[in-house]
Amino acid sequence: MSNPKELRYSKEHEWLSAAEDGVSTVGITEHAANALGDVVFVQLPEVGDSVSAGETCGELESTKSVSDLYSPVSGEVTEVNEDVVNDPSLVNSAPFEGGWLFKVRITDEPGDLLSADEYTAFSAG
Amino acid sequence: MSSTGELRHTALDALHRSLGATMTDFAGWDMPLRYGSERDEHTAVRTKAGLFDLSHMGEITVTGPQAAALLDFALVGNIGGVKPGRARYTMICRADGGILDDLIVYRLGETEAASSEYLVVANASNAQVVLDALTERAAGFDAEVRDDRDAYALIAVQGPRSPGILKSLTDADLDGLKYYAGLPGTVAGVPALIARTGYTGEDGFELFVKPEHAVELWQALTKAGEGAGLAPCGLSCRDTLRLEAGMPLYGHELSTSLTPFDAGLGRVVKFEKEGDFVGREALREAAARAEAQPPRVLVGLVAEGRRVPRAGYAVVVGGEVIGEVTSGAPSPTLGKPIAMAYVDAAHAAPGTTGVGVDIRGSHEPYEVVALPFYKRQK
Repeated sequence: MSNPKELRYSKEHEWLSAAEDGVSTVGITEHAANALGDVVFVQLPEVGDSVSAGETCGELESTKSVSDLYSPVSGEVTEVNEDVVNDPSLVNSAPFEGGWLFKVRITDEPGDLLSADEYTAFSAG
Repeated sequence: MSSTGELRHTALDALHRSLGATMTDFAGWDMPLRYGSERDEHTAVRTKAGLFDLSHMGEITVTGPQAAALLDFALVGNIGGVKPGRARYTMICRADGGILDDLIVYRLGETEAASSEYLVVANASNAQVVLDALTERAAGFDAEVRDDRDAYALIAVQGPRSPGILKSLTDADLDGLKYYAGLPGTVAGVPALIARTGYTGEDGFELFVKPEHAVELWQALTKAGEGAGLAPCGLSCRDTLRLEAGMPLYGHELSTSLTPFDAGLGRVVKFEKEGDFVGREALREAAARAEAQPPRVLVGLVAEGRRVPRAGYAVVVGGEVIGEVTSGAPSPTLGKPIAMAYVDAAHAAPGTTGVGVDIRGSHEPYEVVALPFYKRQK
């Protein structure tokens, strides 16, 4: 699987888009989506919530298990993807596109986000 | 689940990998969890057909003049009453009545010699426990207990189209083969015990073959099923299929801390059979106890929302714990999360309202329903 070059990645398998007007989009990677199996329920943060880098801000539930959703950066949630709430399978079918999870106005980000190549190596190991 | 040491691999291991299966450690075996989407696999079994590698199951052969007598002593069922070529669902219990495992026992048939031979199939996670118990209980009986775990690969074809697929590969009389029966035959040129059993709630077959024939048989079935929508299926969808069908799973609905009467399966205990059997006295008491004071009842729960109950979650009414979820999953057939749970008898009637499941702190509403969730049209 290929991880888009223009994104950055956390070790908790989230991706983060380049900021536009200070706002980035967050989702989970194809690697994570495959590992989870069919996602059947997502609980996302709410618009206006403050999220912190590396802390849980939601849940992803698949057929077999439930996983915490971590925020790769700190900031304020500006938008959540209602489409994915209504149809969680978008996380599996289009993790880097229609399956995005939330948008965040970044106030702080950790220094250890990975490039696509670094993440590909990390998730293969 | 045991995960110490090396994982064991089935005869189909390379084939699973070539199909891109996601593998998982199941009771010390490296088994396919899913090949693609577990929901698609589930749906294939409900509507067309699915192909499973179940070679991790534990086969034990019991032979000899007193094979039936031994099994009647060791198990709670009436094994002596099983006719050649038929199979029975039964349990093996401890002396205190606790369930060691649930089993399917096939009485092999066809020849006079084979009709006193039994194939006991145990859950993978309990195969050693069952083997040890049978071996110990065989003392004094003119019968041999043989570990045949490495002698068989087990391939299941399940789903409404499975008879058609199998018919194209065998001359065996499948129409004459009843549910819970097995006959020796040849499938795709491979000698097999063809059993009409399964764990999916669908019509289907389980094929016991020598491991060296497993790849050949799998490939022949795959080819025969091409036009019929046969899909390779992993253990993930096997679990949701059995859950929808209301079938218990050892370690979830069954355990050593429950007797068959606590599990609502007292009917498998045959007190009327001749002779003593391990657990008889404790089970008599368990039956009387269950009669006088109904134990928790295994029920079905259907979610109104979308959050999935998992094994171990508390079932609550008005803030009080009245039971525990034993298995839960999103049901592909119902389109809603479902669960099996043991609940206090007072809240067990189908239609009981006000029941919730504590899902990580939030009490989500559930409807109590009778099991199974899904029953196939015959």
